[in-house]
Amino acid sequence: MSAFVGAVAGYLGSLMLSKRMALVGGPLGHLTLPGITLALISGFDVSLGAFLFVALGILFIWLLEMRTKLPMEAITAIIFASGVAAAFLFLPEEKTVPALIGDVSQVSVEAVAAAVILSLLVFLATKKIFSGMVLASISEDLAIVSGTDTRKLNFIYLACIAVVVSLGVRIVGGLMTAAVVAIPACTSRNLSRNLFQYSYIAMVLGGIGCVLGVVSAALTGTASGPLIVIVDTLLFVVSLTSKRTGT
Amino acid sequence: MSETVLKVQNLNVSFNGEKVIADLSFEVRKGEVLVILGPNGAGKTTLLRALLGLVPYRGKVSWATRHVSYLPPQELLQRKDLPPLSIEEFFKFKKVSRAQILKIFELVGLPQSLLGRRYGALSTGQFQRMIIAWALVDEPTILLFDEPTSGIDIGGQETLYSLLHRFWKERNLTILLVTHDLNIVWEHAENVLCMNKEKLCYGNPRKVLTPEELERIYGAGIKYYEHSHR
Repeated sequence: MSAFVGAVAGYLGSLMLSKRMALVGGPLGHLTLPGITLALISGFDVSLGAFLFVALGILFIWLLEMRTKLPMEAITAIIFASGVAAAFLFLPEEKTVPALIGDVSQVSVEAVAAAVILSLLVFLATKKIFSGMVLASISEDLAIVSGTDTRKLNFIYLACIAVVVSLGVRIVGGLMTAAVVAIPACTSRNLSRNLFQYSYIAMVLGGIGCVLGVVSAALTGTASGPLIVIVDTLLFVVSLTSKRTGT
Repeated sequence: MSETVLKVQNLNVSFNGEKVIADLSFEVRKGEVLVILGPNGAGKTTLLRALLGLVPYRGKVSWATRHVSYLPPQELLQRKDLPPLSIEEFFKFKKVSRAQILKIFELVGLPQSLLGRRYGALSTGQFQRMIIAWALVDEPTILLFDEPTSGIDIGGQETLYSLLHRFWKERNLTILLVTHDLNIVWEHAENVLCMNKEKLCYGNPRKVLTPEELERIYGAGIKYYEHSHR
């Protein structure tokens, strides 16, 4: 499950980094905390709780951006700070660590199957919108005139982010989802010379980071979330030695 | 008389209650080069964007074809902070074959080796030719260009317009061009639409672009040099 979620997070992250939105994964990850809290208190799946709150948060961010014209980062900060505050008011103390840094040790077969299927669906959806989203980054007008429905693509894009963040919280927790989205994409950018290499290297690195993190956690008896992020960071540091110059 | 490819009737565009284009009507015939002239803030860019349905408008815009290619001003095309996009991948966004890309590269004088280069790594001159090639690769019948030479030196401007002129002749293109450059009007335009929120003049530039009319469009101080050659 970690390999699938990590890989799709890396792949989507390469698109988010292209849209200069990779760090939004952080605040959105924090936004999952009230959902995780609700799930832990009520006994349902944490990813489902996380998804409900991320989707709600994205809806609020979208509405407030239209109403207030405030920058998206500022609105995201307001929404996630209130989310974190609400979560800590109700989160039982013994559930704090799994909520913050993730826990894949006690996942049901159904949850694994659902995560794998959702990861594959997000991969397919992201693949479908990738070129249109990159073209819209160059010029939204150019994309629309070339036949791209940018509003539809943005909706699919945000939905993919919501799903990946919700799946990501299970493996690295609400605190570190930005890492599994942003770091493989940054590493891949250092290694690739075109869009194809960039997106797929990010996907492979995302998968490798999660697998190595989970295996290391099993061997050392520690939590997998921080180890996944450390493996991702090490891969990034290694990539710095072969940074391409843009030719 | 050539067929009409674009008919605009009573076009009105407003932003936040402020009128940007008022009651504009004109027609464009197949194979025509229409230059849209006007001072800054006259609504030229908004006009092109309204014609393409990129901004809401009142009135009627009727296209006889939808195979339109559009290029916004080059400074509005993002060239930095992009993923490592190769030139070939940028062209593939248009779902064209490699053979089509190579053909248009040859026509605009770009080497094949550029296909593997990154989109953001081209020089200004290469980028200019590449973006023209991109606009033309899927063989559109109408081109809408918004100040394609803004930010480009004079030598580069001449190259770009001579390229456009060649394609216009060879492919019987219809071109709508927003520019501040009166030289382009004298050398390439069949018709000119002068505007400042509303239509000020429309027709053959040699007939309608009198010194008085230019002063009315741009204010006092405009220099009037009509080129006699074409």
